Amino acid sequence: MTQLPNSTERKMGLVIDLDTCVGCHACVISCKGWNTENYGAPLSDQDPYGGDPSGTFLNRVHSYEVKPTPCSSQPDPAAQLIHFPKSCLHCEDAPCVTVCPTGASYKRVEDGIVLVNEDHCIGCGLCAWSCPYGARELDLAEGVMKKCTLCVDRIYNENLPEVDRVPSCVRTCPAGARHFGDLGDPDSDVSKLVEERGGMDLMPEMGTKPVNKYLPPRPKDQIEDQIDILAPLLAPVAEEPQGFLGWLDKALDKLPGTSSGGAH
Amino acid sequence: MHPAPSVIIFTTLSGLGFGLLAFLGLGQPAVTGAVAFVFYAIAFGLACGGLLASTFHLGRPERAWRAFTQWKTSWLSREGVCAVGALLFMGLYALGAVFFDSQWTLLGWIGAALSLATVFTTSMIYTQLKTIPRWNMELTPAVFLSFSLAGGALLAGAEAVAPWLLAIAGSVQLAYWAKGDKALEASGTDIGTATGLGDRGAVRAFEPPHTGSNYLLREFVHVVGRKHAQKLRMIAFVLGFALPLLLLLTPVQGVVIKHVFAALAALSHIAGIATSRWLFFAQAEHVVGLYYGKR
Repeated sequence: MTQLPNSTERKMGLVIDLDTCVGCHACVISCKGWNTENYGAPLSDQDPYGGDPSGTFLNRVHSYEVKPTPCSSQPDPAAQLIHFPKSCLHCEDAPCVTVCPTGASYKRVEDGIVLVNEDHCIGCGLCAWSCPYGARELDLAEGVMKKCTLCVDRIYNENLPEVDRVPSCVRTCPAGARHFGDLGDPDSDVSKLVEERGGMDLMPEMGTKPVNKYLPPRPKDQIEDQIDILAPLLAPVAEEPQGFLGWLDKALDKLPGTSSGGAH
Repeated sequence: MHPAPSVIIFTTLSGLGFGLLAFLGLGQPAVTGAVAFVFYAIAFGLACGGLLASTFHLGRPERAWRAFTQWKTSWLSREGVCAVGALLFMGLYALGAVFFDSQWTLLGWIGAALSLATVFTTSMIYTQLKTIPRWNMELTPAVFLSFSLAGGALLAGAEAVAPWLLAIAGSVQLAYWAKGDKALEASGTDIGTATGLGDRGAVRAFEPPHTGSNYLLREFVHVVGRKHAQKLRMIAFVLGFALPLLLLLTPVQGVVIKHVFAALAALSHIAGIATSRWLFFAQAEHVVGLYYGKR
């Protein structure tokens, strides 16, 4: 049924650390790799080796430049580059579930995961229209809606070693920027992380109450005079050229024309 | 939003068809026999043709029957239920008018109410979407209902009310454009709230997640067609409302000329509404475009 549950027993979700993400897209690839051959229809590609390739992905990494507002202490702050992975946020008030005319979209009571029953989906696309985050993509080969399942076929899978019972993206991330857990339990590691780092919602004004949280990047726009403790050791030993090179330098300076660089 | 021909055809034709059905259900005009057959053929042709066109944009049209099940939460499901109900009641009513020379008034009233309910539920599919501020306004149902009533009056030959309904629909259209142009800004959603990075400074989309296109960009980030939006608005307004109004109000002699003028008014109106509907989709900004630095 497309009625949302009043509450879910757990709120399983992801916490994504924008401070640590290096933008390598490994999570994108591992997500596609796992999900194209497990739960539900494969994630198809159209014209993959041609001139206009496109395909279905459940997770994508954007990159943004943030130019901090100048202030008295930093009149000309340096821009920051922030890599931004984006997938389904498994919202508590998920508009994609209630708009579904067939009951194919649903939110699970036991863990809050938002899923699509692909056998009932008519591919009308309305759920994707209702999602502010672009988390749902209609698979062109299968004609049904695809979305992040939070790797529902991994996290409870007793055939996998325990260390692998997390979403594929989390298991893969080489930077440790993705965390998985129960955000409904205030004592869970992910909830503590959100508390400590001021985890935020995307587009809170949409009223979707996302379960997934994003940890904001730590301030890092202060470029200090000395950027490395080894810098003094790397300083040039001789400021002015000596000996033959010194004579050559002066001789060349006397010739007509302009020289670039150097001390003069 | 991508202006898909199937959805534009559907909303234009079925809006008109259900508008005509509403008038017929109310006994406007109170036709019977062969004349009634022609009226009902046009009305059902438009309504059903539109509904059929809407199934073309489904990925799995063979499962469309499932869309009748979730009327408790889904406006799309409610639309399906109302449409089938309207066609059923108006079908019975048409049967009485065409073959039994009688107006089964109660059926007609229920059919008319369900016809307008269908148009309203169609409009709510768009109105409910917070992700598209230009649609998420009270004026959206007003647009759909007023257009449907004006078009229905034109086709039903309801001379007394048609000019008034056209004038109202035209005014609603102008108000919708005026308010809609400010809707995205008024919603408070921008690339800053989308990324949650807005309070640290100016956010700019630096690099997209993929070099090619994808479903999201094709479906939600349609920006190319907006180039001629102002000209198309003029065309939509003139063809949809001004010209039909002029044709209706021009005093003419003779039944034939009058019918020709009425037919021209109806055709012009349909062309205008189709243009307006194209703009309704093409100009709608889905907030997911913000993630791509586009709107």
